[in-house]
Amino acid sequence: MSESFKKTYPFNIISIKDLGRKEIESILDDASRIADGLYPDNALNGKILALLFFEPSTRTRMSFEAAMARLGGRSINLDSIEASSLAKGETLADTIRVVSGYADIIVLRHPSEGAARLASEFARVPVINAGDGAGQHPSQTLLDLYTIKQAMPIDKIDIGLLGDLRYGRTAHSLAYALSLFNARIHTLSPRGLELPDSILNELEENGTEVIPHEEINEVIPLLDVLYVTRLQRERFPDSASYVNIAKNFRITPEILESAKDHLILLHPLPRVDEIDPQVDELPCAKYFEQSKNGVPVRMAMLMEMFR
Amino acid sequence: MNEDDSLRIRPIENGTVIDHITAGEALNVLRIIGITGTTKESISVATNVQSGLMPKKDIVKIDNRELLKEEVDRIALISPKATINIIRNYKVFEKKGVQIPKVITGIVKCPNPRCISNANEPIESRFEVLESGIRCLYCEGVITKDISQHFM
Repeated sequence: MSESFKKTYPFNIISIKDLGRKEIESILDDASRIADGLYPDNALNGKILALLFFEPSTRTRMSFEAAMARLGGRSINLDSIEASSLAKGETLADTIRVVSGYADIIVLRHPSEGAARLASEFARVPVINAGDGAGQHPSQTLLDLYTIKQAMPIDKIDIGLLGDLRYGRTAHSLAYALSLFNARIHTLSPRGLELPDSILNELEENGTEVIPHEEINEVIPLLDVLYVTRLQRERFPDSASYVNIAKNFRITPEILESAKDHLILLHPLPRVDEIDPQVDELPCAKYFEQSKNGVPVRMAMLMEMFR
Repeated sequence: MNEDDSLRIRPIENGTVIDHITAGEALNVLRIIGITGTTKESISVATNVQSGLMPKKDIVKIDNRELLKEEVDRIALISPKATINIIRNYKVFEKKGVQIPKVITGIVKCPNPRCISNANEPIESRFEVLESGIRCLYCEGVITKDISQHFM
């Protein structure tokens, strides 16, 4: 194994699998203190964060910028791929080597799976993966865990993963992380969009029970946490079949009537039709809180990497 | 090796004999150690030979080349029972089994078309060897069967 592959956490955060339970708990504890205002606002004074986003992002990109700003650091951006040297055919490896000379840390989102791992091999500064295709998105997983922890102890929860579980990277990473916390995972997804076998095998190897369901009403009463992901229209053969299937996966106040009192509802956002806007007013709706939690969690990650 | 086999494959003076290859995998063994039709070695291959240890086996003999440990260990991916005999002056100088390496580099092409290892980047494919298969160290995708189908 090359030296570069050894440079995992805390030098790089590429995959949630690079972190053990202890490291995850440490970041969540730090995030909790940060959310209470207990952090030095000049901790990253003079440091520069490079945001390299080769795919669109609102929450991840803005919350990393906000996190850096709150710690006294600054951010620089790749404005558009069309205007960059990538449009001239530069490799990602070369782009990363160049940007390493401009910044103290790189946050990368890229459409190819494994792009952040490659970046960590060529960068001379730490790299955080902010999403690589259908691969990993560890900062999202950490903020998902943090939001669960705000509501209940993470250990041994019953969590429902609903939606596109085949391509949804947030569900994959969260399922893996929760396997470290002895969770029981319930799945509900349209045919053809179930959790991939490779992920199921990995969860089984970690001793995690995964229970597939076919009816939303059957699964809701069993859950402590319901994690909804977006069904993407492009995964369906036509618009009619999307509409037909999506209606069976829509969360409404009526569907939640059979839920436990302490159930919390999470969604990595953006949502389209998966959650009825009337649900937003219910106490279980935590997805906007979850999105807000991106800032303290990413502050904790940045502080850890500059420690 | 019985008399019939010895007629099929003559002894070599110096080089390497890879014995007890899983039947039918001899050509994949040659691919995995980088021997193609364009390389210079003199090669003898026997497939589906009767064997005392296994129902059938393949054998490969390579003249005038002693394979290195890291070369032969790759063979374990497709033929874990293979044995390697280093031959000097017609005698077995060294005999060793194959050990599955922890990481294999540049032999297997990741089947995930969206994996960065398939893009135009200055890297070689890299896989971690698991009990159940191999995992791409870039995209984390796992190959559990027919690994030889994915050799470059």
